[in-house]
Amino acid sequence: MNFDFSEDQRALADTVQRFIARDYSFEKRRAIRDSAAGWSRDVWQALADLGVLAVNVDEDYGGLGCGPQETGLVMSAFGAGLLLEPYLAAAVIAPALIRRVASADFQEQWLPNIATGESIVVLAHHDARNEPVTELTGNLTGRKAVVAHGGCADLLLVSAQTAQGNTGLFAVMPGTEGVSLRDYPTLDGQRAADLVLSNAPATRIDAGGAQDAIDAALDIGLAALCSEAVGIMEATVAATTDYLKTRQQFGQPIGRFQALQHRMADMLMHMEQARSMGYLAAMHCTNQDKTARQRTLSAAKVTIGQACRFIAQNAVQLHGGMGMTDELILSHWFKRLTAIEMTFGDTDMHLQRFARLSRIA
Amino acid sequence: MDLNFSPEESAFREEVRRFVKDKLPAPIRHKVMNGVHLNRDEHVLWQRTLHRRGWGGPGWPKEFGGPGWTPTEQYIFEEECAAGGAPRLISFGLKMIAPVLMAFGNPAQQQRYLPKILSAEEWWCQGYSEPGAGSDLASVKTRAVRINSTEGDHYIVNGQKTWTTLGQYADWIFCLVRTDPEAKKQRGISFLLIDMKTPGVTVRPIITLDGAHEVNEVWLEEVKVPVENLIGEENKGWTYAKFLLGHERTNIAGIGIAKRELARLKRIAEAEGRLDDPLFAARVAQVEIDLMALEITNLRVLSAERAKKAPGPEASILKIKGTEIQQAISELMMQAVGAYALPFQQDDVGPDYATHLGAGYCNLRKLSIFGGSNEIQKNIISQMIMGL
Repeated sequence: MNFDFSEDQRALADTVQRFIARDYSFEKRRAIRDSAAGWSRDVWQALADLGVLAVNVDEDYGGLGCGPQETGLVMSAFGAGLLLEPYLAAAVIAPALIRRVASADFQEQWLPNIATGESIVVLAHHDARNEPVTELTGNLTGRKAVVAHGGCADLLLVSAQTAQGNTGLFAVMPGTEGVSLRDYPTLDGQRAADLVLSNAPATRIDAGGAQDAIDAALDIGLAALCSEAVGIMEATVAATTDYLKTRQQFGQPIGRFQALQHRMADMLMHMEQARSMGYLAAMHCTNQDKTARQRTLSAAKVTIGQACRFIAQNAVQLHGGMGMTDELILSHWFKRLTAIEMTFGDTDMHLQRFARLSRIA
Repeated sequence: MDLNFSPEESAFREEVRRFVKDKLPAPIRHKVMNGVHLNRDEHVLWQRTLHRRGWGGPGWPKEFGGPGWTPTEQYIFEEECAAGGAPRLISFGLKMIAPVLMAFGNPAQQQRYLPKILSAEEWWCQGYSEPGAGSDLASVKTRAVRINSTEGDHYIVNGQKTWTTLGQYADWIFCLVRTDPEAKKQRGISFLLIDMKTPGVTVRPIITLDGAHEVNEVWLEEVKVPVENLIGEENKGWTYAKFLLGHERTNIAGIGIAKRELARLKRIAEAEGRLDDPLFAARVAQVEIDLMALEITNLRVLSAERAKKAPGPEASILKIKGTEIQQAISELMMQAVGAYALPFQQDDVGPDYATHLGAGYCNLRKLSIFGGSNEIQKNIISQMIMGL
């Protein structure tokens, strides 16, 4: 048992942290957020140049072939900096999915371009209620809801109910006839899109087993999301602690008041439990035993989802009126933590799934 | 980072598991598995069984007769003992006074007391709390006056200790006493070992809300204590007391016990059909998840301890979360059996597993109060870790 990171892992984390500190200030992020696209291709290229986009791509395809621990370190650092660019969708989930499901030709065609930042590939999986995407004679019809970063994708990987009644994975080119993307900002300042398909041309890329591959890729994404949350929570707790030490009321720093001290202690405990479960999620997210894997990931998401809510809400509360302002990065951390709790299944969904899988296991 | 136990650690776990399975008498196991209090003889029997195997002092270094285990090995040992239904080790001798003797006692004291702790020949209890000194421990009033005499110097001790756990079984009590009433709070305290058979020592039971006799008042009236029983230097007792409190908090998370009790909760809930109720199932799931997280947090703290040696303020996180989890489990077990939690300790009414659940729930309210209340632990976290 060993909780230390290797030298290589620390170097990778350093690289990303330095990038955030030097090239991704809160002001710069604000300008990107307010731009028409809501993300920056220059930033994306800079990340590619640093090799960060290659972390999850196999070495055979020009990547670094790293694992969930490295991804976690990168995501934690991006979390604190509130990266707007589609790292989780395009540099974590997409390569994990393609590697598991696509033909060698397809991998050869797309994975190197993902590593170099030339192509952005995004999975569109979650069906809009009552409008599931279905396949008929090779074409797709239906709606995918709130596809993270769907608007900037060069290629969409769309899951669909096939004519045979199972799940297939299809490549869909944005801009083709029958493919419409409604791109919009989300609560946390990132971008998402609703994807409406009307008899849209699509190419099936799996040879069976799409559902398992999608589950596996999303589980890797979930572990990465947990690490992002931990990075944000660390930053949020640190900023709130500093604020309590400096903000004076009634002639003393408000951090002297026991009611606030105990709230901070509660926040720290949530954060440490979340960090522990972030490690556990990274360790288990590639487990072949799906029941065991999803049980652990649900446990992690419950712990982290609850920590997200508690820390976000109390950080704003302890900052008082300042916590309500757009001016402080704190309120932006709050919104991202809120969004994370609701991403890939909320706390209630995962609590129930954990209870169910625990009885099976 | 590697969250797996090493092959050696896994083999060790297997060895402990087999030992507990082979050596623990079934009646004791049955009591522990059903939350029944054990008597003195049962505790002593298990301690002697461990001692014969060389495992009597799991946290002790080899030079004092311990196995010299790493924190991780100690953790595995306690987890397997708990899982197998073994009695928890009585900590007052093994985990409290023993480390103080090892660090601050003189060789004569070490030789006199330590072997009999291992062999369970002498039972220790803790004389810290007083009616006026609970969380504010440094305000002890029990007075010790040094008398110089031709037949040997000694102290005369007067005062009252309280919440003395299992003091009714004890041969010895280690006490914080005030030797300099003029000095500021922490400065005038000394650390004394007192033979419970000394004239003037009186133990009176305190019956707790579960009807149990677990804690006591200890009255000290004109008790004559030889100066050889002073630990370290006079008026430096606070240093030793704090050191002891640090050691009291090793393995404070109680992961092993919580896992065993969670398994009991799930058996009871399954038998009662309560896991088909999604609301109840979610409550059980919540506590199981909290325990999974705490187990990793605990291992992180152990791993940090390996590097830094002494348990740090992070132990406060383990204390709070660990006790909250154990309390939550006891609450859910009581709820799981519904109205049959209400008959008070009636063997012949309701399902067998329900007999002690109400009393058990009541008893475990102590967890968030003793060993530094959970509110004190939050003070420690916010002040020592966060610097507020």
